[in-house]
Amino acid sequence: MQTNILKLDCLRKTFGGVVAVDDLSLSFNKGEVTSLIGPNGAGKTTVFNLITGFLKPTSGKINFNDTELNHKKPHVIAAMGIGRTFQNVQVFSNMTVLENVMVGRHLRSRSGMFFSSILPPMLRGEEKRIRSSAKERLALLGLDQYADVPAGSLPLGNQRMLEIARALALEPTLLFLDEPASGLNARETVVMGRLIQKIKSMNITVVLVEHDMELVMDISDKVAVINFGKLIAEGTPNEVQLNPDVINAYLGT
Amino acid sequence: MKIKDYIGIGILIIVIAAMPDLVGNDYYLGVLIFTAFNCLTCTGLCLLMGYTGQISIGHGAFIAIGAYSSAILTTKLGWSPWTAMGCGVLLAAITAVIVGIPTMRLKGHYLAMATLGFASIVHIVSVAAVDVTGGPSGISGIPRLQIFGFALNSDTRNFYFSWGVVVVGLYLAVNLIHSRVGRGLQAIHGSEDAASSLGVNIAVDKIKILVLSAIYASISGSLYAHYVLYIDPGPFDIMHSVLLVTMVAVGGLHNIWGAITGAVLLSLLPEFLSFLSEYLQGIGIRYQTDYDTLIYGSILLLIMLFLPEGLFEGLSRSLKSISGFRGKLAGRSSERAD
Repeated sequence: MQTNILKLDCLRKTFGGVVAVDDLSLSFNKGEVTSLIGPNGAGKTTVFNLITGFLKPTSGKINFNDTELNHKKPHVIAAMGIGRTFQNVQVFSNMTVLENVMVGRHLRSRSGMFFSSILPPMLRGEEKRIRSSAKERLALLGLDQYADVPAGSLPLGNQRMLEIARALALEPTLLFLDEPASGLNARETVVMGRLIQKIKSMNITVVLVEHDMELVMDISDKVAVINFGKLIAEGTPNEVQLNPDVINAYLGT
Repeated sequence: MKIKDYIGIGILIIVIAAMPDLVGNDYYLGVLIFTAFNCLTCTGLCLLMGYTGQISIGHGAFIAIGAYSSAILTTKLGWSPWTAMGCGVLLAAITAVIVGIPTMRLKGHYLAMATLGFASIVHIVSVAAVDVTGGPSGISGIPRLQIFGFALNSDTRNFYFSWGVVVVGLYLAVNLIHSRVGRGLQAIHGSEDAASSLGVNIAVDKIKILVLSAIYASISGSLYAHYVLYIDPGPFDIMHSVLLVTMVAVGGLHNIWGAITGAVLLSLLPEFLSFLSEYLQGIGIRYQTDYDTLIYGSILLLIMLFLPEGLFEGLSRSLKSISGFRGKLAGRSSERAD
């Protein structure tokens, strides 16, 4: 039997009169790749933002390994081992690629403002560790040749990879990827799919919002379909593909 | 990159050491001492504005807090200048927290508005609270600083001391920038959402850096009071705060050396303008001091148009391309690497 790593219980979010997420109950199995799919505006990204603390739920519960996440701030949720990427890539374009990933080590290092400015030699060891583990993540994603390039100058595909490298530097147990393949060409999408499987093999639970159905059906263990903030189907990729409600939601017949 | 910064500090120390002999004139030495005070404030302001992306149009107020703490506590209560300076730092830090807490939680330009309002409050208080601040006539009779019984009673000594403080301030800032904390701050500038998704506590870090930059400003104010020995509200008005922002922006927001460059250039500009006016008067052209503002404005406009990344980065890039140091990516990457 699979164990849940994350459980949503009657999660609801309204913006004024608009119900973006409508009493959604859903659980995510540890070690699996789960995809959230649904037409545009179905509320998938809102669900991500609720779980990672960027939005406060109107009602309902979010449980991560039996801890409630409801009113926690994003940086606290990150500290609990939940990483994420963004639909509109948000690399720190003013920093180099390596420095971007080094920011991902923020929670795995301690030094504060006082020692950082006054006694940097004391922190040389820590800096070295931050740098080398950041380099490992870059190598994992094949970005090591760009380490010293300003992140803003990378092409979009590499920026998406960089966001994932940065999130992996956090050493998350649960990783949310918001449309990792959008804007990527066919070849890059294949690479992304392989990467997500590699992440899964590192014992990281992956939750994916994605529009590229080929990629979703290829790599997901479980697919959950949302429409108008409601769960309309969940199951294995095959089950979902044959579900009449899903076909209806997508094709509108 | 850090090595380059240390080399930069080394060069600065050599220039400072040689400067009094080169200048050999107490008036210009005095101008350079005021330049040092501006450099100190701008170093802190650059950490806040350039690296963390938070705009403050009220740093003159933190300078005033430092200067008035030093002046009031030493002249009215007879405290030692060092204790008074420490109290100024504490007071500036506390006010920075008070200004920061409600504004730093919000995104956008709220901090700029809040600091602007805060600066005008401090200015009004310094003019109106006559019993405490002496009002428009100010406070005189501020004692000189003494270091182990060694009085800073000449311009040369004051020059070395104030630039020494700048060097220390720069050293601390450079270390901070290249640390875990500094990367967190730059991440906040890049994307607040992404930074917090990686565990950076953006609200707290923004307040911390505001406090640090207020401390830089406060120390600069205390040093000013103990050098000039007399203060009045004049130098701490809103225009001075705006001028500080201009210094950092002209030099280059994204580089601490840019802030220093901007502070030095804009501090020396009035001297250059008075040369210019004398020269123009000599050849029979009337020059009015009102033209100063015009020239300031034009300089700012030209830099924003043609060197938007600031004088420092802009000039170093054009120098590089002139000297054949080309290679688009390679040039920038070697600049960024350690």
